Amino acid sequence: MHKSLNEQDVGTPRSSAVQQVTLEIDGMPVSVAAGTSIMRAAAINGVNVPKLCATDSLEPFGSCRLCLVEIEGRRGFPASCTTPVESGMKVRTQTPKLQSLRKGVMELYISDHPLDCLTCAANGDCELQDMAGVTGLREVRYGYEGKNHLSDKKDESNPYFTYDPSKCIVCNRCVRACEEIQGTFALTITGRGFASRVTAGVDQSFMESDCVSCGACVQACPTATLQEKTVIAIGQAEHGVVTTCAYCGVGCAFKAEMKGTEVVRMVPYKDGQANEGHSCVKGRFAWGYATHQDRITKPMIRSKITDPWREVSWDEALDYAASEFKRIQLKHGRDSIGGIVSSRCTNEEGYLVQKLVRAAFGNNNVDTCARVCHSPTGYGLKQTLGESAGTQTFKSVEHSDVILVIGANPTDAHPVFASRMKKRLREGAKLIVIDPRKIELVSSPHIRAAFHLPLKPGTNVAILSSLAHVIVTEDLLNKDFIAERCEDKAFTEWRDFVSQPENSPEAMQQVTGVAAELVRGAARLYATGGNAAIYYGLGVTEHAQGSTAVMGIANLAMATGNIGREGVGVNPLRGQNNVQGSCDIGSFPHELPGYRHVSDSTTRHLFEAAWGVTIQPEPGLRIPNMFDAALDGSFKGLYCQGEDIVQSDPNTQHVTAALSAMECIVVQDIFLNETAMYAHVFLPGSSFLEKDGTFTNAERRISRVRKVMPPKAMLADWEVTVQLSERLGYPMNYSHPSEIMAEIASLTPTFSGVSYAKLDQLGSIQWPCNENAPEGTPIMHVDRFVRGKGRFIITQYIATDEKVTKKFPLILTTGRILSQYNVGAQTRRTGNIQWHEEDLLEIHPHDAEDRGIVDGGWVEIQSRSGTTVLRASVSQRMQPGVVYTTFHFPESGANVITTDNADWATNCPEYKVTAVQIKPVAEPSQWQKGYTRFAKAQQDLLNQAQNG
Amino acid sequence: MDMQNLLHMANKIGSFFASMPDHEEALQGISGHIHSFWAPRMRSQLLAHVDTRNGEGLTPIVLEAILANRDSLKPQSELK
Ligand code: SF4
Ligand code: SF4
Ligand code: SF4
Ligand code: FES
Repeated sequence: MHKSLNEQDVGTPRSSAVQQVTLEIDGMPVSVAAGTSIMRAAAINGVNVPKLCATDSLEPFGSCRLCLVEIEGRRGFPASCTTPVESGMKVRTQTPKLQSLRKGVMELYISDHPLDCLTCAANGDCELQDMAGVTGLREVRYGYEGKNHLSDKKDESNPYFTYDPSKCIVCNRCVRACEEIQGTFALTITGRGFASRVTAGVDQSFMESDCVSCGACVQACPTATLQEKTVIAIGQAEHGVVTTCAYCGVGCAFKAEMKGTEVVRMVPYKDGQANEGHSCVKGRFAWGYATHQDRITKPMIRSKITDPWREVSWDEALDYAASEFKRIQLKHGRDSIGGIVSSRCTNEEGYLVQKLVRAAFGNNNVDTCARVCHSPTGYGLKQTLGESAGTQTFKSVEHSDVILVIGANPTDAHPVFASRMKKRLREGAKLIVIDPRKIELVSSPHIRAAFHLPLKPGTNVAILSSLAHVIVTEDLLNKDFIAERCEDKAFTEWRDFVSQPENSPEAMQQVTGVAAELVRGAARLYATGGNAAIYYGLGVTEHAQGSTAVMGIANLAMATGNIGREGVGVNPLRGQNNVQGSCDIGSFPHELPGYRHVSDSTTRHLFEAAWGVTIQPEPGLRIPNMFDAALDGSFKGLYCQGEDIVQSDPNTQHVTAALSAMECIVVQDIFLNETAMYAHVFLPGSSFLEKDGTFTNAERRISRVRKVMPPKAMLADWEVTVQLSERLGYPMNYSHPSEIMAEIASLTPTFSGVSYAKLDQLGSIQWPCNENAPEGTPIMHVDRFVRGKGRFIITQYIATDEKVTKKFPLILTTGRILSQYNVGAQTRRTGNIQWHEEDLLEIHPHDAEDRGIVDGGWVEIQSRSGTTVLRASVSQRMQPGVVYTTFHFPESGANVITTDNADWATNCPEYKVTAVQIKPVAEPSQWQKGYTRFAKAQQDLLNQAQNG
Repeated sequence: MDMQNLLHMANKIGSFFASMPDHEEALQGISGHIHSFWAPRMRSQLLAHVDTRNGEGLTPIVLEAILANRDSLKPQSELK
């Protein structure tokens, strides 16, 4: 699906009014929504008024005076971008007078502009050039010798774009983009008149300023002033393909701008429904990993992990993998092998891996890394509401009056959605933040949280129950909603439970560390402030009571009737791009696609008939169970696609011991990741640019991933699975991923209306999509819950086993930052490294001082699982007693410290709470030394293959 | 598999359901959860532990739930 490179820019944003207004433009009658600008009304009817400071992603500004028009009966020449249409208006956009005024404006601009158009990076994509053409500019009466900015210095500090002030026309688009779209307020226009210039921060370079490199200003700039370095290096693209970002669960749509099979730049796609033309630094700029020299493009095998790798043909690698799996099953039984598929993979890939496990391996030992992030969401929401998914669209936030964010840090982890949320907050919606850390949202430009509840890590359930206590005991329940929509008995039991005095904020204060008054205030605001929406992330799920907390959130939404319409709901912010999708398409060991339990014989028979095999009726092993089974000798072989379990799963030493005990590990990935160091077969994977498929984002939105270049290793990931399956004696016949989606749709009622053709037509689809909802379902549970009646569930707070003691007096919690992604395998191989080149331990000044720790000094972090060493960052963002780190670098060993503790219902690890002790040290930990040796040895074994 | 870990997991499931006021529902909840999410080899091992060691290490409510719904927890391959 190639797209033209230049989509139409109609100058000003869409008006949401329903009322239509009819007017005449250049003698042509047109009808548009009230509130539309004359410029937009003209443009959508094919009349393009010249413009420079207007663009349809921003509110009009009216500064360039190029868009002047004449209106019958009005004096002067109003700017068409700032003048709204009126009924009966007669507008003229082209007259000799207008032409001469516009030419005058252009002359002024051009007299202060370098005339290097032929060699300019924006040549062919420059609105100033276009306007010079449109206005018929032929000479510049003032000459070029006057004052100009031609010798102003370029700012090249950002790794991805440059700022060349000599080309700036001070149209203010960049400043407004940073404010209105991104919400960072990093740019200003300083100086007056001729001296006015765009300035980042307080006269800083872009890198030194608060700029987060989202690219909105670059996108908005009409000239080459703000320009992608890749465009400067390789020139303009010649075609574009719409695809989906492969990083986070926001699922932004991008246009990959291509020169043949080379990406020139990734531009956020204006019609993308998840992002509406916005992006963050990862999707917009950090795609260079896809062609990084570390990519492994040849299959490799070895019989022991101490052997050098041997590059082999695809046939040999796949034959070897299949024969090993068969040998192991013969020797150790059908259930001794399994598969893991990353939620970074496409829906089609995930579907094929679970199909391969269930049909070719003949067991249910398949799991996905959603296990370690959002499995509690699936469980908790299914139990309460009846469907394992968020209830809203992202757009719904535009209708929220109260936004409650718990255990999520959207500005870092879901940046594009955070920008949409911040926009609503600047419009006046109230914000409640429940988080141990003072995350950016709590206080950022033009945003102040009404309440920040800085709870102790591990006490979400206590806080949620006491919020509920206030709502019930202060009579803030939505009784009509509950009576009509929810189960009576369950509600009564829940109401009696939360009303107990031990659940009051006063009683829970001991546990949570949050002042009771704050909890009461937050509860009142949530229950009575209008449309209230809850957004939550891994700070809710990755706990011993992760599933309980998810249920607690659903309880609050039901109790206040905040579900089933715009502006409200329960919104899990998913970590990786396809967490939602990987769960939907059956990659959990207990569920077939569409969240249907393997013991459900009707569903099983449906799949058995389609697949021509018998499916086991019992759940298979989950990821942590696989490790335990490997250690007791009953699990020996693993097919691991796209997932780096060694780096991302908790208690690294336990994981590596388990992998070392296995006989055949097959890793399919684009890099030799940490897990591959324990592998016997390496199958080179393909990046999101090299294959077709779909991702499903946090709002259940299915979007196309489109191939823009051939797979570097010849085969796309889905083809590899197909070939492996064939060698295991179970042929799969697909010639394109669209056929895989067709099969999913034919077997899964919530997907029955989904097809690639419909995705092409609609752009994206939010499931359920079937005969009842042929174009998908933006908001769920509108008139009734998916399970019929909503079910309140009692959420008793139970303290985690991970107790702080004298030996381990601090709590470590882990998280992520904007510029890096997950285990960092992708982002570490891009310019993003400039923002975060190592994982640091954040610690409160009190705790640091007590221990003699200084900012930047090395500290040892010891837990019950292990020890590692990082550099300290002394920070007020932390509360005393709590320390924090990220896990983007393998040598940091953040997961050497995390423990085996996990959510009671789903085994999702308790990444967010680990009791630790910290002390200053001079050298790396034993684990790190061992790791460095091992990683070096493995690199040598790889080099031997590649050089041999 | 590591028995201590299995007992620990079972007990944590137990402590969630233990707060339900309806005891019968709590027992069903516990055994139902283990049935739905534990692979057969984990359930067999748990049942064997209940038989040979009287469920030592399990909280009373979990033991009660397992004993009350024993058959439903047996792997299907062992059911004749
Ligand atoms: S890249 Fe984004 S954050 Fe940085 S100045 Fe531009 S709009 Fe602002
Ligand atoms: S940098 Fe670009 S967008 Fe910003 S004021 Fe200058 S020309 Fe306009
Ligand atoms: S917000 Fe997420 S999906 Fe969007 S560009 Fe950034 S990483 Fe990609
Ligand atoms: S486009 Fe209207 S004033 Fe600039």
